[in-house]
Amino acid sequence: MHDTSAQHAVHQHAAPTGFIRKYVFSLDHKVIGKQYYGLALLAVFIGMVLSWLMRIHLGWPNWPIPLLDKLSAVGAPGGAMTPEYYLSLMTMHGTIMVFFVLTNAPFAAFGNYFLPIQIGAEDMAFPRFNMMSFWTTFVAFLVMMASFFIADGPPIAGWTSYAPLSAVGGDAGPGLKVGETLWAISIAIFCIGSLLGALNFIATTLDLRTKGMSLARMPLSSWAWFVTSVIALLAFAVLLPACILLVLDRTAGTSFFIPTGLVVSDRLQPHSGGSTLLWQHLFWFFGHPEVYIAVLPSIGIVAHILPVFARKPLLGPRASVGCMIAIGFLSYMVWGHHMFVSGMNPFSANLFSVPTLIITIPATILTLLLIGTVYGAKMRFTTPALFCIGFVSVFISGGISGFFLAQPSIDIYLHATYFVVGHFHFVMAVASLFGVFAGTYFWFPKMFGRMMNDGLGKLHFWLTFIGVYCIFMPMHYLGLAGNVRRYAAFTDDYLIPLIPVHKFITVAALLTGAAQLIFLFNLIWSRFKGPIASENPWEGTSLEWSTTSPPPFDNFGGKHLVVYNGPNEYGVQGAATDYVMQASPEKVVTG
Amino acid sequence: MGKLFAVVVTVITLISVSFFVMHTWWPPTDISTTGPAIDRQMDETFVETGILFLAGQLLLGLFVWQASDKNPARKIKIFPGGSTPLVAAAIIVVGIEVLALTFLGSKAWAAINLAPAAADSVHIDVQAEQFAFWFRYPGPDGQFGALHPEKIDEANGNYFGLDPANDVAARDDIVVGTLTIPVNRPILLTMHSKDVGHSLYVPVLRIQQDFVPGLDIPVHFTATQTGKFEIVCTQLCGLGHYNMRAYLEVMSEGDYEQWLKTQAGQ
Repeated sequence: MHDTSAQHAVHQHAAPTGFIRKYVFSLDHKVIGKQYYGLALLAVFIGMVLSWLMRIHLGWPNWPIPLLDKLSAVGAPGGAMTPEYYLSLMTMHGTIMVFFVLTNAPFAAFGNYFLPIQIGAEDMAFPRFNMMSFWTTFVAFLVMMASFFIADGPPIAGWTSYAPLSAVGGDAGPGLKVGETLWAISIAIFCIGSLLGALNFIATTLDLRTKGMSLARMPLSSWAWFVTSVIALLAFAVLLPACILLVLDRTAGTSFFIPTGLVVSDRLQPHSGGSTLLWQHLFWFFGHPEVYIAVLPSIGIVAHILPVFARKPLLGPRASVGCMIAIGFLSYMVWGHHMFVSGMNPFSANLFSVPTLIITIPATILTLLLIGTVYGAKMRFTTPALFCIGFVSVFISGGISGFFLAQPSIDIYLHATYFVVGHFHFVMAVASLFGVFAGTYFWFPKMFGRMMNDGLGKLHFWLTFIGVYCIFMPMHYLGLAGNVRRYAAFTDDYLIPLIPVHKFITVAALLTGAAQLIFLFNLIWSRFKGPIASENPWEGTSLEWSTTSPPPFDNFGGKHLVVYNGPNEYGVQGAATDYVMQASPEKVVTG
Repeated sequence: MGKLFAVVVTVITLISVSFFVMHTWWPPTDISTTGPAIDRQMDETFVETGILFLAGQLLLGLFVWQASDKNPARKIKIFPGGSTPLVAAAIIVVGIEVLALTFLGSKAWAAINLAPAAADSVHIDVQAEQFAFWFRYPGPDGQFGALHPEKIDEANGNYFGLDPANDVAARDDIVVGTLTIPVNRPILLTMHSKDVGHSLYVPVLRIQQDFVPGLDIPVHFTATQTGKFEIVCTQLCGLGHYNMRAYLEVMSEGDYEQWLKTQAGQ
């Protein structure tokens, strides 16, 4: 690892003056980061409302939901949801959350805003690519949303879009005529945006670090965005062609994923020779790394923020980076654990099970290092600090259940049950969002120059922390009792006694969702009325705290920072303060 | 605030664990010869992960509690030995757990998926379609008729696309909507789908297997108790997915033979 030379010749583009170039088609990574955040915020609100509708339907299937018939007179006549409309909402919930929230918020939004600043760069390596990444993603979002407004309705094939249900067209059911085509096109467009973004992140990290910012001195958040961008580059590069093949099967009469002799809706399908498992392999080759695309940035964000409030260095920063790289590497060897019962060669089960179990080792190390960082700390319990320790708790809860699902023999029983739903929501969704919340409360002062309200933040934390346990822990119990997922109603004899648990989860989901309105209010109110933030309100060390809040167009007002220290100099003995900033020439005496 | 977090995380952890320990919601009693190995594997995983879960959450709570001590004289402490003991502990403890689970678990998996079906298995052909399961028995001649997808005619009960006019073996095939089997005899299912992906989930047998369009997938098991149990679909297959189910009826040997005779006579 060596110091790359500073690339500060000229800022690659002048500060824009017009509204359109400044706020809409901006080349500034900070504006683009905010645009990604705004899109994720809009998407998460839609995704959350969809989950409310699903939860209400699962708890009280016959209760007409007010105004729902206005959204879809066919899908919810009189407000009571049809089974197919439930599946539509479920498909859209999963798709919106995984792609437009969990990929966008922790990675694209915060990464765009803070990666260049944390490494002392003036912008991303390719600002025009960067603008294209966002607007491509935005187009993908519009295409996805369009399916709500077509006669056919949104697709019902789930966010995994398994063929041939997703491939044979309208014969297979409602939403599978035009809606599913829109889904596949939208995801293909999304892949293009993500690939452009990933390339940009990689080039920026490798080429634009300021003088003294060796790889070893990069903050853990920047490391996480870097590792994630490598994962994303390989993952989306596989999903893109898969989606194109799916569109061809649907529209051009090809048979990549459709075998011979299928009779759907009494019609012999005019396809032959395709493989349905091929879709599953391609999808999960992307799909499992996607889990880490969602959660690694949050691990990095938490590892970056926790020491700031623990007022002591992160324990084992190098080991943490090593673990992130190990997770990224292993994430490409485990996709088959989603397919233990798919009918693939049973000998391959062990091949996929072993690396899946091994991946728990770096994940455990990361968790223990975060816990070890809290040990002996003089913790400042601000809202971002609470979300960091909350992250550790939910990450443990979500990770633990992975031990069950990684074993093919146990997966036979638990596969496709609510145990899986509880598992991935904890480890992928909730953990990732806790990182996003921590990042939001932490970086809001830098992004907008104002502090968020800490009291409302803490209220938001407590309601959310307790809420997510009330929602997702009981799902593990349901799964153990054999409760199948993706059911619009529970009519089977053995499932009926479980409905009270579903009602409990529904109430918890509604309340926890409502608590997010506190966050939304805090966000909007603080943007305009929050107290003015200083340059370094949390007493952090990394470069984002060595510039104004918010930073100027070129990030550092023409200064070219030189980095002397790592990001971890907290609790420093003998220093003027208890921390030494990365850009401070003050010598750190390590003992 | 830190003390409150410690208390809340401890309470959440203990409540979460207690429902597992009390088996409040638990798999139904197993009635297969291969299920006990899966149940044992699950129990062992519960013990091992339960210890990790408790240790992780309670340690986090404890450290957060200690970190909230506001005594100004208190100095910051680094974890004893730095990161090395924690990294070593994770590698050793989780590594042993991974090895143990892999070796034990692969046996349970092998008994179900790698061992061939017994030669004297009762052979039943299973077809899944939107939104039903159909079960086919070869009839007195012991031969299954060939399948012709183009001849499928649901309205006239020809779910499998048989051609009895030209195919002698197909004439005595028995097609029913309930999986009827004799107790304590090995059963071999050959699973195929008519249209899209489905899955056969029988919780009491600890069996779950996808139907993959284009493939014939074998599944074998032996039921050890008579009775009527539920079979449900666990692969998203369309709007009626939630309602796609059938029953497994396990009969005594005598009842089963009688049932077969009655069916063949119809």
